[in-house]
Amino acid sequence: MTPTAHQPTSPPLLIRGGDVLGQGVQDVLVVDSTIAAVGPDAADEAPQGAQRLDAAGMVVLPGLVDLHTHLREPGREDAETVESGSQAAALGGFTAVLAMANTTPVTDTAEVAETVWDLGRRAGYVDVHPVGAVTKGLAGEELAELGLMARSRARVRVFSDDGRCVDDPRLMRRALEYVRVFDGVISQHSQDPRLADGVACCHEGELSGRLGLAGWPAVAEETIVARDVMLAKHTGSRVHVAHVSTAGSVEVLRWAKAQGIDVTAEVTPHHLMLTQDLLTGYDPTFKVNPPLRPAEDAQALREALADGTIDAVATDHAPHARQDKEHAFVDAAFGMLGLETALPVVSTLMVQEGRMSWTDVARAMSTTPARIARLTDQGQGIRAGAPANLTLVDPDRRVTVDRARSRSLSRNNPWHGRELTGAVHLTMLRGRVTAREGLVWGEQ
Amino acid sequence: MKHLLSIADLDREEILAILDTAISMHEVQGRDVKKLPTLRGRTIINFFFEDSTRTRASFEIAGKWMSADTINLTGKGTSVSKGESLRDTVLTIDAMGVDMMVIRHPASGAPRQIADWVDCSIVNAGDGTHEHPSQALLDAYTLRRSLGDLDGRHVAIVGDLTHSRVLRSNLLCLRKLGAEVTLVAPPTLMPAGIAGWASTDGFTVSYDLDAVLPTVDAVMMLRVQRERMSGGYFPTAKEYAVTYGLTARRLALLQDHAVIAHPGPMNRGLEISAEAADAARSLVLDQVSAGVAVRMSILYHLLAGEGSAQ
Repeated sequence: MTPTAHQPTSPPLLIRGGDVLGQGVQDVLVVDSTIAAVGPDAADEAPQGAQRLDAAGMVVLPGLVDLHTHLREPGREDAETVESGSQAAALGGFTAVLAMANTTPVTDTAEVAETVWDLGRRAGYVDVHPVGAVTKGLAGEELAELGLMARSRARVRVFSDDGRCVDDPRLMRRALEYVRVFDGVISQHSQDPRLADGVACCHEGELSGRLGLAGWPAVAEETIVARDVMLAKHTGSRVHVAHVSTAGSVEVLRWAKAQGIDVTAEVTPHHLMLTQDLLTGYDPTFKVNPPLRPAEDAQALREALADGTIDAVATDHAPHARQDKEHAFVDAAFGMLGLETALPVVSTLMVQEGRMSWTDVARAMSTTPARIARLTDQGQGIRAGAPANLTLVDPDRRVTVDRARSRSLSRNNPWHGRELTGAVHLTMLRGRVTAREGLVWGEQ
Repeated sequence: MKHLLSIADLDREEILAILDTAISMHEVQGRDVKKLPTLRGRTIINFFFEDSTRTRASFEIAGKWMSADTINLTGKGTSVSKGESLRDTVLTIDAMGVDMMVIRHPASGAPRQIADWVDCSIVNAGDGTHEHPSQALLDAYTLRRSLGDLDGRHVAIVGDLTHSRVLRSNLLCLRKLGAEVTLVAPPTLMPAGIAGWASTDGFTVSYDLDAVLPTVDAVMMLRVQRERMSGGYFPTAKEYAVTYGLTARRLALLQDHAVIAHPGPMNRGLEISAEAADAARSLVLDQVSAGVAVRMSILYHLLAGEGSAQ
């Protein structure tokens, strides 16, 4: 069953003259929920009454998949709801998001997982796949109902205590062993809590020393990444490293992949582009976990994404209500928005500057994340017979980010005021236009 | 100058202006009637989100001697402890039309954030482990009275440097006044990234107090918080006192003219011995006395001095 199967579909659409990855300039015909034809003859197959969209100069990508989203519902609907977050995702070019488990209640049972999945289905803008907690209540003590969540209607395949690290090595080993049965993956928030405790709020180094802020050293991430790849090797299971932030972690990943260990990793747009220097004014907008790092780390992350050592871009979209950010820096909530800006950031930083092609972007933001999360009808590419999940990008269009215009209910947007190049023109989920030129389905 | 948030925001001339004005303010302390009309009609809130005795009293006395209306608020029992955001709390006070908030806060950077939110002047009276600029100015004032011009003088700052806001402000202030500075502490109590910082800002780092003491004109001892001893920063109080304390034996290593400073409160027997604390060359009580004069000068420059209306 597809999550949005009950939603009405759009009329047939012929996308004319877009740059279809690996296939040059082509026409793409969408009928019902499927890509009916791709190629110079696609127009011939268009049914009468089909709408036409001039896509000259645009790039046709498979619908984007975000491995790491916080939708806050249930529990903190003042910060975000599944509906508002889904709209933001559609406007950002996403057709599927993985919703992290640190809600209230925590997504640690099949019932909560199905609730989130249902909310996503009813909203209908993107496929919302709940991430299951690894441990009950994210407490790091007992395994959550991993198998029941996997067998539920939500078919959970990604498990994470994100926001907290599964730091007990024995528990992490058991989790890895357990999820192998249903091809699950543990997405780890790599932060040794003894090396970077609750008050650690910025990268540990000269700047933290000057600012008098408790540091979050790179080694607190790197030791957990190193430990986990060895546990993945030992158990033969899949481990996924969430929001990699340091050059040292990249080196560990590079070594682990060379050994054939089944490890994947994601990087956020903000860790690719933003650096710790933004913290000198103590603006909590830039407080995120893991913290923004020095420029050398950002450079290493860009190189690792470009060469495939880092597999995917994930947003770690973390909306927070105003009152949770307007505190002293150390007391403010961690996290920043990301769904609406992820593609423009990657376009500006990686494509426009020649580090990645659009084919690489499709791999890092659609195909690979869909594979990691075992989403069978996402990330399937632009080919006849595939589900019509696609994103149309205008690569040369510049956008100045305005936090007031965000579809998220929150405003903790680190990109506010920045000009980015590469705007999402249209997003389509199984043949239905979910977002187009800044408007979502129902507003067009 | 509208705010005093960090010594980093002041240039050498601005620092010297505050110190020079403090000389005449200090003279008021000796009068029978300790009152200047300078800030009549001005309202200053001492908003202390963290316990303090000497700093709050010092600011309050400074304000009163300059005829300002001074009001003390604490973070305890206020809207902050009831869950209100810091921004909403300070906006509420600002909306009452005060001229200045003197902020003490346990979080680094809070006064700078508050300055971005409100219209009134903000004085940082100590923020977390970041800065304590009025303390650094009064320390510089005290050292100048004892040693004269600080240009080329050598000052050692010793103790729990990682967690010290006094260290960060003093380091900046002393360097801007031309002093040579050496930081002395065990590696576990040095701020992160100290090597790069020392290279950029032109100071030195040592782990050997005995080697440093014979070369200094002043040694500034910083308090070691006893809770640090359970944090693995050093093995025992005894080991710390032997290795980094200003013991009676170490007093003999100092040059004849060298002086001792400590921002207080002191842990006698840990970072400083009773002999050192009570020595003739100890400036501890001079620092306290100078605190009022320097804070009067700060209030003058922010609320009554040239350009204060900006």
